[in-house]
Amino acid sequence: MRRLKFLLLVAAMLLTPLIARAADQTVTIDNFVFTPNSVTVAAGTRVVFINRDDIPHTVVGIGAGNFKSPPLDTDDKFSVTFDKPGTYKYFCSLHPMMTGTIVVR
Amino acid sequence: MSDETKGLTRRRALECGLWAGAGVLWTVSGGVPRSALLGTAEAAEMGADLTFVQISDSHIGFNKPANPDATATFKSLLDRIAAMNPRPAFMLHTGDVSHLSRASEWDTARSLIEATGIETHFIPGEHDMLVDNGEPFFASFAPQGAKPGGWYSFDQKGVHFVALVNVAQLKPGGEGSLGAAQLAWIENDLKGRSASQPIVVTIHMPLWQVYPQWGWGTEDGAQALTLLKRFGSVTVLNGHIHQLLQKVEGNVAFHTGMSTAFPQPAPGTAPSPGPMKVEPGRLRELLGVSTVSHVAGKKRLAIIDRPLGA
Repeated sequence: MRRLKFLLLVAAMLLTPLIARAADQTVTIDNFVFTPNSVTVAAGTRVVFINRDDIPHTVVGIGAGNFKSPPLDTDDKFSVTFDKPGTYKYFCSLHPMMTGTIVVR
Repeated sequence: MSDETKGLTRRRALECGLWAGAGVLWTVSGGVPRSALLGTAEAAEMGADLTFVQISDSHIGFNKPANPDATATFKSLLDRIAAMNPRPAFMLHTGDVSHLSRASEWDTARSLIEATGIETHFIPGEHDMLVDNGEPFFASFAPQGAKPGGWYSFDQKGVHFVALVNVAQLKPGGEGSLGAAQLAWIENDLKGRSASQPIVVTIHMPLWQVYPQWGWGTEDGAQALTLLKRFGSVTVLNGHIHQLLQKVEGNVAFHTGMSTAFPQPAPGTAPSPGPMKVEPGRLRELLGVSTVSHVAGKKRLAIIDRPLGA
């Protein structure tokens, strides 16, 4: 019995990294640019957008990725978890020249 | 740099030595709109048929290092306008009343403006459109006769004012846009008007291509300008880029007003168009100088207090 418990514990320790959620991917907004501008993540990854500019920005999905952040003031964060593989393009609705891409595999 | 450009630049440097809190006084005399920075002697000397003031980009709620108190600078501007003699007929606010489309920001702006007792016409900037496609802004600031998209026109002393909205539903990768419905309305609004009637267009983002790399333009602006072509005097007043900039093209004079909140860099002179931070004590001086010469060169650049639309 004792040995079985030990084995289960070892199994749990080994499996933990496999079942844990993928690490967050950060996308910062600096000088009106989403950085990294295009990033590839595993399905299930949470992408955290952080606005580091002194001006508000938004993060708005284009087409399939139908997400929309509230206005993000300086240092505000907004996160989206991407569960399905695909290519998700997004932009800032205040400064539409600002665009970025998340590729989910 | 041409001689003309140099000369204009030097004069502008002298005339623009006011900081961003300045309003721009517009007068219409004999059908020719003229502008002068508030506080200049010339403003008082103009024998005007109509006098009004353009204010812009108050960004109430902005509190970052470029200006920790945008409300205070807005108020000091309004105090100066309220003290003007003769009193302006009205004010035009060319957008970005608020910074984050918050009711409290609009309320603050409204109460400060109302305290002047001067009628004010508003159009939204993109900062006023952050919630519910701008509906809260239009509910509070659009006049009774405004179209569902928020655009409208009115007449004052023979001058026709056309207030446009180019900040709704901006498209990815794009600039400001008017859209087919608004363009059709403009065509109808101008139909039958005498070509000699002065037209003033008020709009937030520049109607011409100031700097597409930063989105400083209106993608279908050329269509609007085509509709305005037959008029002998057209003045387009915009905000958005937080610096003085003028251009005259044919009969159309384009004028960008300063912000009352914070300056932005001249096109292409910074990594991004974000708020320009300067030492508080040097703000006045540097803002004036920083806005000078970037657009010069290709087209004739009109001086801010010179007759326009020649």
